[in-house]
Amino acid sequence: MAVKFDDKQKASKGVGIGIRRVIAYVVLILVSFLCLFWFYVLFINATRSEGDLNRGFSFLPGGNLAANWTKMLNFPMISMGTGMLNSVIVSTLTAALCTYFSTMTAYAIHAYEFRLKKPMFTFILAVMMIPTQVTVLGFLQLVRGMGLEDNFIPLIVPAIASPVVFFYMKQYMESVLPLSLVEAARIDGSGEFRTFNSIVLPLMKPAMAVQAIFSFVSSWNNYFTPSLILHDDKMKTLPILIAQLRSADWREKDMGVVYMAISFSIFPVILVYLILSKHIVQGLAMGSVKG
Amino acid sequence: MKKKVLSVLLAATMLTGILAGCGNGATTDQGGAGTSDAGTTDAGTTDAGSTDAGAADAGAAAGEGAVLNIYTWNTEFMNRLTDHYPGYTKGSDNTETDENGNLKGTVEGKIGDITVKFNITPSKDNAYQNNLDEALLGQESAAADDKVDIFLVEADYALKYVNSDYSMAVKDLGITDADIADQYKYTQDVVTDSNGVLKGLSWQGCPGVMFYNREAAKEVFGSDDPAAVQEKVKDWAAFNATAKELHDAGYSIVTSAADTYRTYSNNVSSPWVVDGKINIDENLMNWVNDSKALVDAGYIGTSELWSADWSKGFFPDGKVFAYFGPAWLVNFSMSADTEGSIGYNGGWGATEGPQGFFWGGTWICAATGTDNVATIKDIMLQLTCNPEIMKEIVIKDDDFVNNKPTMEAMAQDTSYSSKVLGGQNPLAMYCAGVNDLDLSNLSDYDQACNEEFQKAMLDYMKGNVDLDTAKENFFKAVVTKHPDLTY
Amino acid sequence: MKMGKRSKAVRFNKWGYIFLIPFLVTFVVFQLIPLISTIVYSFFEYYRAGLKVVGPNFLGLQNYIKLFSDADIWKYTGNTLIIWLMGFVPQIIVSLLIAAWFSDPSLRLKGQRFFKTVIYLPNLIMAAAFAMLFFMLFSKGGPVNSILVNSGIFAEAYTFLDHVWPTRILIAFMNFLMWFGNTTILLMAGMMGIDTSLFEAAQVDGATSTQIFFRVTLPLLKPILLYVMITSLIGGLQMFDVPQILTGDASPNNTSRTLIMFLNNNLYSKNYGMGGAISVYLFVMTGILSLLVFKFTNGKKK
Repeated sequence: MAVKFDDKQKASKGVGIGIRRVIAYVVLILVSFLCLFWFYVLFINATRSEGDLNRGFSFLPGGNLAANWTKMLNFPMISMGTGMLNSVIVSTLTAALCTYFSTMTAYAIHAYEFRLKKPMFTFILAVMMIPTQVTVLGFLQLVRGMGLEDNFIPLIVPAIASPVVFFYMKQYMESVLPLSLVEAARIDGSGEFRTFNSIVLPLMKPAMAVQAIFSFVSSWNNYFTPSLILHDDKMKTLPILIAQLRSADWREKDMGVVYMAISFSIFPVILVYLILSKHIVQGLAMGSVKG
Repeated sequence: MKKKVLSVLLAATMLTGILAGCGNGATTDQGGAGTSDAGTTDAGTTDAGSTDAGAADAGAAAGEGAVLNIYTWNTEFMNRLTDHYPGYTKGSDNTETDENGNLKGTVEGKIGDITVKFNITPSKDNAYQNNLDEALLGQESAAADDKVDIFLVEADYALKYVNSDYSMAVKDLGITDADIADQYKYTQDVVTDSNGVLKGLSWQGCPGVMFYNREAAKEVFGSDDPAAVQEKVKDWAAFNATAKELHDAGYSIVTSAADTYRTYSNNVSSPWVVDGKINIDENLMNWVNDSKALVDAGYIGTSELWSADWSKGFFPDGKVFAYFGPAWLVNFSMSADTEGSIGYNGGWGATEGPQGFFWGGTWICAATGTDNVATIKDIMLQLTCNPEIMKEIVIKDDDFVNNKPTMEAMAQDTSYSSKVLGGQNPLAMYCAGVNDLDLSNLSDYDQACNEEFQKAMLDYMKGNVDLDTAKENFFKAVVTKHPDLTY
Repeated sequence: MKMGKRSKAVRFNKWGYIFLIPFLVTFVVFQLIPLISTIVYSFFEYYRAGLKVVGPNFLGLQNYIKLFSDADIWKYTGNTLIIWLMGFVPQIIVSLLIAAWFSDPSLRLKGQRFFKTVIYLPNLIMAAAFAMLFFMLFSKGGPVNSILVNSGIFAEAYTFLDHVWPTRILIAFMNFLMWFGNTTILLMAGMMGIDTSLFEAAQVDGATSTQIFFRVTLPLLKPILLYVMITSLIGGLQMFDVPQILTGDASPNNTSRTLIMFLNNNLYSKNYGMGGAISVYLFVMTGILSLLVFKFTNGKKK
C-alpha cells in the first residue's frame, strides 16, 4: 500500500516530501523531548535525599536510589505493595465496567429507534456538563448512608454511568458502525445481546482500548474521592499513600521517598498503556468497515 | 509491538527484582536495629512507671468500649503511644501477611482488651478535616465501636473543634488542674474554648527561636555568640536595621517575608474575628509594612516556605542568615543529615529573636460520646503529664515536651547539647520564648485567615496589587471560605 | 424501505431501553440525588459555621444575586476561558498535525510507535506531581532560570509565578503537555475508522496530501473532532488541579483563579448554597458554549 501511495506522490504538487518529513521529525523529536523530560526529572529526584532536594534541582542523579527505595518499602503504616494491588483492582475494574457499559449505552442510542431516544441523548449530554466538584460531597454522604465506606464499590460501580465515555463511543459508532451490519446479524438469527457482544464490541475495539486507557489512568491517579472513602490501611490506593508520605511526621518526611513513590506508581500505568495501545494499532486492520 | 511489550516487561521485572533485592537486604538490617531500639525503650518504660501502669490498666479495662478509634493525619501520635504508653502493644508487624498476601494488622494495637484503631487520613486538600467532620457529625448515630474516641488537631484549626460540642472538657475526663499545672500556658490557650473550658492536651511544646548561620555572624558581626547576635535582632527595629547590614555583606537576613509571619501573628493583641467581623491586628500590619520595606529594598524575598528557593539557605551557598523555627525544624527538616549543609557541620546557632512564637504541635482531644473515657484519661495523663514519660520523649524523639520542670532541668544540664547547633544547649532559649507566649487571641477562623492574609499580602509585597486591593482580596477570600463572617 | 424498517424495528426497540438500564440505574443510585440537591440547594442558605450546620433556609434567588453582583465571577470566568484557550489552541493544532503525519502514508515516518507511546506519557503523571516538578524547574533558583541567566538572555533570575502572563502560560503549557497526547490518540483512533480506499480515490484524482487532509480526513473526522472540542471545553471550564497546585491559589491579583477553584473555596465551609449557584451557572454556560460548538461544526457541513 505504501508503495502505491509513493508512486502517486511523485505526481502531486504538495510541499517537497523531504522537507515535510524533516519538519515532522523535528517537531516530533522536540515534542518527545518535552514529554520524556519529566520522567527524567522524576527519576533524578527519586535518587536524591531530602537534604539534596532542599539544596535545589540538579540534572545529575544522586546516590540515594536504593536508600529511598528501602525507606519507601519500610515506611510506617504505608504499604506500597498493598496500595499497588488496591490501585490495580480499582482501576482495572473501573476501566472494564466503564468501557463495556458506556459502549452498551452508546449502542442503545445509536442502533435503536425508540420514543425517548432523543431526550435520553440530550439528557446524558447535559449530565456531562455538570461540574463534579459539588456533587462529590453529596456523593460522600450517600456512600456513608449506604455503609459503603472502606469499600471499593463506590469507586468502581459509578463508572458504569460515564457520560463522557458514552459520548465518545456514540461518536465513534457514527463513523464505524453501519446499521446494515446489525440488520444482517438479525437476519442470521442472532439475538440482540449476542449481536452486541460478538459483532459490535470487536468493531469498537480501538475505541474501547482508548477509553480503557483513559479511564484506567484517571482512576489510577484519583486522590480526592478515594481519600474520603478509604481509611483502612489495607484498602488505600497509591495516591492516598503518596499524600500520606507528604504529610508524614517531620521525623519521617522525605521528599526523595515521595518522588520514589511517584515513580513507583507510574510504572504499572506505562505497562497498561503499552499493552492496550497494541489494540489501538490493531484496529487499523479492521478500520475499513464502512463501505 | 509484542516484542516491545515483552522487553519492557522484562526490563521492569529485572529492575524491580534488583531494587527489591537491595531493599530486602537493607530491610532486615534496619528492621533489626529498629526492633532492638524499641525493645530497650519499652523495657525502660515499664520499669520506670510500673506501678502507674498497673493501676492504669486495671482502671481502663472495666466497663470500657471494645474499640478505641483514633483519628489522625500521620503516624506521629501512634509512634508516641507505641513507644511511651505503658501497656500499649503494637499490632502485628508491618511485614506479616495473611493467606492472600495482604498485609494484616497494620493499623491495630491493643491496650489491655481494648483494640486501638487508627484512622489516618492525609491532611492534603483538607481531606483530614473533611473526614473528621463527617465522622463527628455522624457520631450520635454511629455504633459504639465505630464512634470517634480520640482525634488530633493542629493549632490553626483547633478552635473549630474545641468551640463545638463534639469535644469533651478535659475536666469531665477526670483530669484536674493540678495534673496539668506543669504544662506551658500557650499549649492550653490553643485548646481552650470561648467559655474558658480546656478541651485538649498536648505532650509537646513547639516554641520557636531564631536559628542563625554562625559563619555569617562571625563574618558580619565579628562574633557568633548568641548574646551578641541577639543584640542585633532584639526587636523588629533592630532586626530591620540588621537586614541592611547583612544585605550589604551579601546575606539575606531571612529568605522570605513568610519566614517572620508566625512571629508577628503569635503576638497579636486581638483575634482575627471580633463579633463576626474580620479584624486585622496592628501587629499583622506591622508585619506587612516591615516586610514590604525589606522586600522593596531587596533584602528579603517572597518565596513560599518549603519551596526549593526557601530551603536553599540550609546550605552555605544559599547565603541566608537565619530561619525562624522550633526544635523540630532544625533537627529534622534542615538537611542536617546531608554532607555540606550548615546543620551537618554544626553551623547553626540559636537565639531568641525579636519575639517569642511557636510553630507546630499536635493536640489530643476526646470526642463527645466516647465509651472509653477512662482509657483516654489515662493516655492524656501518661503522655502529657507524667514527668518520667515526658523525659523519655525528649531523649528518644527530640521533642520539646510540654512540661516546665522537665525542660528547665534539661536546660541546666550541661551534658545535653545539640550537634546541629554546634554544641549549644538551646533549651534555655526555647524555655524563655515559650514562657511569656500568650495565645488567648485565637479564633475559629485562624486557618483561613492566616492562609489568605499571607497570600494577599505577599501579592502586595511583590508589587502586583496596592495595599487596598490586597486587603479587599483578603477579605473576600475569607468571606468566601466562611460565609458567616463580614468585613 | 422506510416502512419496512419501521415494522421490523418495533420488535427490537425495547432493546434500546434494556441496554440503557445499567447506565440509568447507576446514574439514579449514585449521581441523581447529589445532582438534584446541588440545584435545589442553590436556592437555599446552607453551609457550616465550624461544625454547626446553618440552614437550609430558603432564599429564593439571593445566592444568584449575590454571585452576579460581584464582578469577581466574570473575572474568574474570563481567567478560565483565557487559560483554556491558551492551552487548547496549540493542543488541537499539534494533535491534528501529528495525527495527520502519522496517518499520511506518503511521509513514511519511522518510529511511529515510539512517538505514539511517548506523547501520551505525560498524562500518566499525577497532576499534583507534575505541578511539583514545574514549580521546582521554574523557581527562582531553578534550572530554567539558571539556563536563562547563564546564557545571558535574562540579566537576573525571574520569578515566573509572580507575574500574570507567565503564570497563565505555565498553566496552559502544563495543560497542553498533559492533554495533547490524549487528543492525538483520539484523533488517530478516529482516523483509523476512515476507509483507506477514500484516500486512494483522492490520490487517483490527483489531490495533494494537504488537500486530502482538509477535504477528506477532516470532514470524516467530524464526529470525533466534535467530541474533542466539547469535552475539552467542558474539561477546560472545569479546570482545577493544575492551576490550584501550581499557584497554590495565590496568583497575582487572582488572575489565574478559575471558576472551579472559586467553587472549591466556597466548599471550604460546605457552602452548598453558593456552591450550588456556581455549579448551576457553570452548567448553563457550558451548555450554551457547547451548543455554539455544535452549531459551528454542523454549519460547516454544507
